[in-house]
Amino acid sequence: MSIIAYIESSNREPKKSAYEVISYAKNISEQLSAELIVVAINVDKTNEISNYGPDKIIVVNNQSIKNFNPKIYAEVIYQICIKNSTNHVILGGGADSKFLAPILSIKLDAGYVSNVVGAPSNYEPFTVKRTSFSNKSFCDVSISSKNKIISISSNSFEKKKIRSNPEIIEFDAEIPDSKITQASVDLSKGNISIADADIVVSAGRGMKGPENWHLIENLASTLNAATACSKPVSDLGWRPHSEHVGQTGKPVATNLYIAIGISGAIQHLAGVSSSKVKVVINNDPEAPFFKAADYGIVGDAFEVVPKLNEKLKAFKAENN
Amino acid sequence: MKILVCISCVPDTTSKINFTNNDTDFDTNGVQFVINPNDEFGLTRAMWFKEKNNASIDVINVGEQSNETVLRKALAIGADRAIRIDSKAIDSYQVAKNISNFIKEKSYDLIIAGRESIDYNGSMVPGMISEILNINFITNCVSLEINGSNATAKREMEGGIETLTCELPLIIGGQKGLVEESDLKIPNMRGIMQARQKPLDVIAPDQSEFKTKTHKFFKPEDKKEIKMVDPDNLDKLIDLLHNEAKVI
Ligand SMILES: Cc1cc2nc3c(=O)[nH]c(=O)nc-3n(C[C@H](O)[C@H](O)[C@H](O)COP(=O)(O)OP(=O)(O)OC[C@H]3O[C@@H](n4cnc5c(N)ncnc54)[C@H](O)[C@@H]3O)c2cc1C
Ligand SMILES: Nc1ncnc2c1ncn2[C@@H]1O[C@H](COP(=O)(O)O)[C@@H](O)[C@H]1O
Repeated sequence: MSIIAYIESSNREPKKSAYEVISYAKNISEQLSAELIVVAINVDKTNEISNYGPDKIIVVNNQSIKNFNPKIYAEVIYQICIKNSTNHVILGGGADSKFLAPILSIKLDAGYVSNVVGAPSNYEPFTVKRTSFSNKSFCDVSISSKNKIISISSNSFEKKKIRSNPEIIEFDAEIPDSKITQASVDLSKGNISIADADIVVSAGRGMKGPENWHLIENLASTLNAATACSKPVSDLGWRPHSEHVGQTGKPVATNLYIAIGISGAIQHLAGVSSSKVKVVINNDPEAPFFKAADYGIVGDAFEVVPKLNEKLKAFKAENN
Repeated sequence: MKILVCISCVPDTTSKINFTNNDTDFDTNGVQFVINPNDEFGLTRAMWFKEKNNASIDVINVGEQSNETVLRKALAIGADRAIRIDSKAIDSYQVAKNISNFIKEKSYDLIIAGRESIDYNGSMVPGMISEILNINFITNCVSLEINGSNATAKREMEGGIETLTCELPLIIGGQKGLVEESDLKIPNMRGIMQARQKPLDVIAPDQSEFKTKTHKFFKPEDKKEIKMVDPDNLDKLIDLLHNEAKVI
């Protein structure tokens, strides 16, 4: 019996979320005394992976699948599962993982639970906690099938270093033809993605117009943060749709979420509430967001944000 | 062109989320159900193909009779026929299996589902259908064009947008971008009247196997009191974030 942790990568390096996924799987492998296998597709730098305790690292290096393709990646993981008698596959909450997981679940005839936020609370039946109703609640879900797939939300499980000396195996997967062709890719330049960021700086209609967003971008750049916005801001075309967060946009589960000129409507809060620490800057002391935040400043964003940025720059200079 | 839109019926986004039966069931009391927002974008895109390419639109839901009000709204927006598979939705596998079974012999060119439903946020059903039926699948889809039997779609990926092409049949997981917010249609009187005459077929579920089960719901713990910081004392905020919250 084995457990597979599938990790996402970018530029042939594991993404930050990888170590959370491996730690989660490690915990299960210890409970079930099963072998832990990390599966990495087109990844060179595997050193760091060994700090999280896998028994094996299976790498698939194949130029023909350098672009992510959910059907092909699911097929490759499936082949590895079959070869290694795998019953549990653990993935992260990244867009690619969530794209391939339902496909893999059919191949493996596995029950699949997404948005999981805690270690299994029970193994008979196998039970995990996940978010529901766009983070307005949680629920316990059990999986009854023999094979199980779990995708965990980012920042929901503690990474734990356990040094191991894994065997590294190159796997020569049979690659099916792709029926979908990538015609082009348009990468947003230099931006940190909301899913990857430790800190997200988000702003709403209180910023008055797109011409003022340099204030938000400057603060984000000081904090090495991703930028996000409320729904009306993207509907108005002030910011790209990819920055829209909330119940109908992207979920945010980051360490620090700074909301500037955002009122805190229920649909906005639903999507961002699982962030660990929330700071609100708003000139209306009655703004509902203050009821859902950890730290609040009542003030004019046009004064507070540049000042805060200067002070943070000084702080960073001192602490680095 | 034949289009099927998968519609999940979800609590209106402003709903207060409460539970009953010892926290094992969602409390529908006073809750208004609506077309899942991602599916509404999809349905609106389907309407565009209906107007431009003369496509036909069926909508499908796996759920109980109470969902028919929502299906009637989809008909009022402009779908031609609604199908309800008469079964309480237990998990995504059971929903996907039943929809797949319905689709099997129907030769739909395009199946439009949402990226995720906003109640259970599974992001599962369309991917499962694509694998059960072995058809092309693109999720997080923010743009879709059809030309004959070819589709060109844009997918939002982490850090950018990719443009993909493939042949029909195709199933997508749609989201905002497919159409703009301002394109969403509110049914007019004529649409509502017509919807009453349109077919809403109820069919028996093909199977009821499920692999996951929800046992108990929890509300998030009450938030601790917020700490307010004077805008003239921003050093205090930095101190709190650094020493207390330890996030910078
Ligand atoms: C079906 C549905 C789904 C939705 N999904 C989402 C979603 O996913 N995400 C989302 O964000 N919204 C969503 N909404 C919209 C949501 O209801 C709110 O309308 C929206 O979040 C408000 O955005 P806002 O806070 O930027 O704007 P506003 O509500 O206009 O708030 C602006 C805030 O800025 C403050 N402000 C003004 N000037 C200043 C200043 N100089 N300095 C500091 N503060 C200032 C004001 O006090 C106010 O609190 C949804 C709505 C519906 C109906
Ligand atoms: N009970 C259902 N009936 C019909 N379609 C559904 C149902 N549940 C989910 N879907 C479709 O699958 C999409 C993704 O839902 P989910 O996998 O639950 O996040 C939704 O946006 C719908 O298009």
